[in-house]
Amino acid sequence: MSQHTISPEITHAPQHSEGTGRIWKIFWVLSFLTIIELALGYFLYLKADDLSHTVILLTKIVIGILTLLKAYYIVSVFMHLGDEVRNMIMTITVPLVLFVWFIIAFLWDGNSWKEMRNTNAGSRPSIEKVQTAPVKEGDRK
Amino acid sequence: MSTTTIPAGTKWWNGGRSPFNASYGKVMMWYFLMSDAFTFGAFLISYGTIRFSVNDWADPNKVFNSFPFAGHANLPLAFVSLMTFILIFSSVTMVLAVHEGHNMNRKGVEKYMILTIIGGAAFLACQAWEWTHLLTGEHVTLLNDGTMSVLPTTASSNPWGLPLEHNAMVAALQKTPHDQLVNIASTLHHSGTEVAHNTSAMSNTELINMISNSEIHATNLGRPAFGSYFFGITGFHGFHVLSGVVINIIMYIKTKLGHFDQRGHYEMIEKAGLYWHFVDLVWVFVFLCFYLV
Repeated sequence: MSQHTISPEITHAPQHSEGTGRIWKIFWVLSFLTIIELALGYFLYLKADDLSHTVILLTKIVIGILTLLKAYYIVSVFMHLGDEVRNMIMTITVPLVLFVWFIIAFLWDGNSWKEMRNTNAGSRPSIEKVQTAPVKEGDRK
Repeated sequence: MSTTTIPAGTKWWNGGRSPFNASYGKVMMWYFLMSDAFTFGAFLISYGTIRFSVNDWADPNKVFNSFPFAGHANLPLAFVSLMTFILIFSSVTMVLAVHEGHNMNRKGVEKYMILTIIGGAAFLACQAWEWTHLLTGEHVTLLNDGTMSVLPTTASSNPWGLPLEHNAMVAALQKTPHDQLVNIASTLHHSGTEVAHNTSAMSNTELINMISNSEIHATNLGRPAFGSYFFGITGFHGFHVLSGVVINIIMYIKTKLGHFDQRGHYEMIEKAGLYWHFVDLVWVFVFLCFYLV
């Protein structure tokens, strides 16, 4: 075990002496998650015509959750964020929580545009409608 | 500011030591990566919003279905999974280089940095092939002016609209000028049709008959936003990979010259590693948004 002092202001160094076993374990975890994602991707590709809209959406959500799991392993183990001081972890991860709302809000908006595109909702009344509106005698000059 | 008035044990933020127990450079690298995550996040969310708002977004399994040296075989997801595994593996060699750095093993750091650089270069080569394939690919598409033409996938042209019905295609071919018909005929060998050598000498009627009798997959024009987002976001990511490879090469040279041994620690390798893992992290999401769903 070796400790190397980067600066006198830093009082503890994370333990990196446990060998490379953990790194390889995470490599296999990431590969396994990627293979499951690919399998689900092929499942969607082959069965897209037979599946209901809900099943397709659920499969895509599962793929998204697996992606978040991969991101967690990369950040926590490969980038050693899990070994840092808790306050530092918080200053980095808490701002990223904004993404939860960004994703919900913007995708909701996109979907709402699609509905308006398909139903013509929210569009202005056409010129014919304006012209056929009844005109009172008294308004004429 | 007086340090003597504060009792011992509560002086964490009072200077003299790092509140996060990490060096300035490492903390700032983390904040840079956080801001970069917001940039990529904004790009991907903008892409998702536009994709959600239309009915005829291109099907990634149709666009990204080729593999180098595999001809016109239909292999969706195959090439991009190769790229993903290349990047995951180069991430592993990077974290092994950081590990060797903690053990002050210069030879080990050199070995794993070389492997990481090779992985990054291989990924860039794959991306270059994929871009070239899309930018030079030929797809028979119905244009807005009612004629048929041959289009590549670029930042402004997208041939991946909804499939075109056969009768609509034949009607559009009647309006198509001779030189465009010759161009279309020259792409027919992709779908396994025998093409005569002198297509430019054939009459319009002969060309139209040949095209409409072939197994051609003609499409309507797609949204230009598809190419803009694809080349914009994968290009921005690819530029990160390129700069990461350059940083890794610099780190390799500095290791080789013994700079980190003189300094007494390999923290620069750790910081370069943070950047490199971030590039892998972004790819995980690009892979999800553009290829998988």
